[in-house]
Amino acid sequence: MSTVAVERRAAGGPGVLARTWAFVRHHILTVYSILFFVYLLLPIAVVVVFSFNNPTGKFNYTWQGFTWDNWRYWDGVPGIRSAIFLSLEIALIASVIATVLGTLIALSLVRYSFRGRGSTNILIFLPLSTPEIVLGASLLTLFLNMNVVFGFWTILIAHIMFCISFAVVTVKARLVGFDRHLEEAAMDLGANEWRTFQKVTLPLIAPAILAALLLCFAISIDDFVVTYFNSGSKVTFPLFVWGAARIGAPPQVNVIGTAIFLVAVTLMLINIVLQRVRAGKGAV
Amino acid sequence: MSLFHRHRGLTPYLLLAPGVLFLAVFFVVPLGFLGYQSLQSGNIDFGYAFTWSWGNYWTAIQDYRAQFIRSLEYAGIATLLALVVSYPVAYWIAFRGGRWKNLLLLFIVAPFFVTYLIRTLAWETILSDNGFVVNTLQSLHLLGPSGRLLATSTAVVTGITYNFLPFMALPLYVSLEQIDARLIEAAEDLYASKLHAFLRVTLPLSLPGVVAGTLLTFIPAAGDFINAQLLGSPDNHMIGNVIQSKFLELTDYPAAAAMSFILMAGILVAVFLYARAVGTEQLTGSAA
Repeated sequence: MSTVAVERRAAGGPGVLARTWAFVRHHILTVYSILFFVYLLLPIAVVVVFSFNNPTGKFNYTWQGFTWDNWRYWDGVPGIRSAIFLSLEIALIASVIATVLGTLIALSLVRYSFRGRGSTNILIFLPLSTPEIVLGASLLTLFLNMNVVFGFWTILIAHIMFCISFAVVTVKARLVGFDRHLEEAAMDLGANEWRTFQKVTLPLIAPAILAALLLCFAISIDDFVVTYFNSGSKVTFPLFVWGAARIGAPPQVNVIGTAIFLVAVTLMLINIVLQRVRAGKGAV
Repeated sequence: MSLFHRHRGLTPYLLLAPGVLFLAVFFVVPLGFLGYQSLQSGNIDFGYAFTWSWGNYWTAIQDYRAQFIRSLEYAGIATLLALVVSYPVAYWIAFRGGRWKNLLLLFIVAPFFVTYLIRTLAWETILSDNGFVVNTLQSLHLLGPSGRLLATSTAVVTGITYNFLPFMALPLYVSLEQIDARLIEAAEDLYASKLHAFLRVTLPLSLPGVVAGTLLTFIPAAGDFINAQLLGSPDNHMIGNVIQSKFLELTDYPAAAAMSFILMAGILVAVFLYARAVGTEQLTGSAA
């Protein structure tokens, strides 16, 4: 729309100078944006490239030569395998529980007006606006004072805690733009409340629930700070990277980083393509 | 009249209960314990006792004033940099992105798909002493022959800016995308110059995105310690580094707890001043 406007002005506009200015400005923005994306993607490229590095010493900082070995022996470093599996396990359980709890809260907040709705909204908003280090530290003091043993359960609780708000926000966004007439129609046709929820509401908000699930999973598997405060002797993948970084991170760390990146990007691309296909069908 | 309003009484509370209880027990109560801990005295060997020890706060501010100020300073600079760097790109995607918008947004969030620590380590590689960036700067004489980027405040701020950039770019994009392009055309039809139309129409309309992006970037940045740890030297340590080591290495819990509260207070004051400057309407508008 605005491109058209720019061209229209440029063609019939107030002279050569303005026309050149519009042209240059148009392209400056594009060139700048491309440079921006180079900057944004540069570290990712470094991670991918150095997953194929064959370092001679402890440090995987300078390029020494190409090898497939890091990918073939991705679990060739002691501790990396159990760290990855612990991260996956925590992320899976935490994202499911947080999404269920979050979806229920979202349903309640969007569908009902009740006393305490405002304060519930604030309660949901607060963890999102508290620095991670404070979230981690406060949970640590709770567990310390209650003499809870740090380990799997403390990590899991922490992850569910910081995921809930993200799940609520994601599902809420979808529920707000929801056509209530569909539910009323189902009720008119004799479905009871639970059946209506099952057959109409749930399928319609399913994409948002899935999105919340994926978001929680991604946040959980990436979390370092809160986990670091509440892990005891357990080691998740980010904690493994932290420990390894002090003595020089092995290239296997880049292998896992690249793998996580590829899985996430593939999922997102599938989502974009599906959206396009759906939009295309809608247009026909 | 519609179905979900029928049992007005209990249903909303039943739906809320599990999640809200969870947050109450594992988010609100822990903040209380943090406060309780921050007023204790003693040490790890003989145990801590609650003694209304407000001195912990005073000592923390006196001993670590530099780190507190540095945290707010680094976070502030990084937030400003992120805003300046990503605004043009958010604008470009919103108005020129066309059918590629979704793909370009995927590029914007791509860094989030690489584990936080790993992408910070990648910056360590990029900025390392024998790296391409340092060599180039040295050959341009912008950096002395023994000059380095790692272990400087530049490296830390660079890392923070990069790591939280998507938090800035996404809200900017969302607010710019919602602007009706006809408003800008109208301004131009009324003989506003391009610059004028931008300053008087586009920029004010994108302000909610600026406010949301600034807060989403500043708050986590002020509490960060990973960038300072991996890219900086002890001279660049932020308050997060101190809190982390007091809790996990020195087990000086009361001091660490007091510092956590001071950090939160500092952030609240900064956010409040910011809200005063831009107008609270923008703030609540973006929060709702």
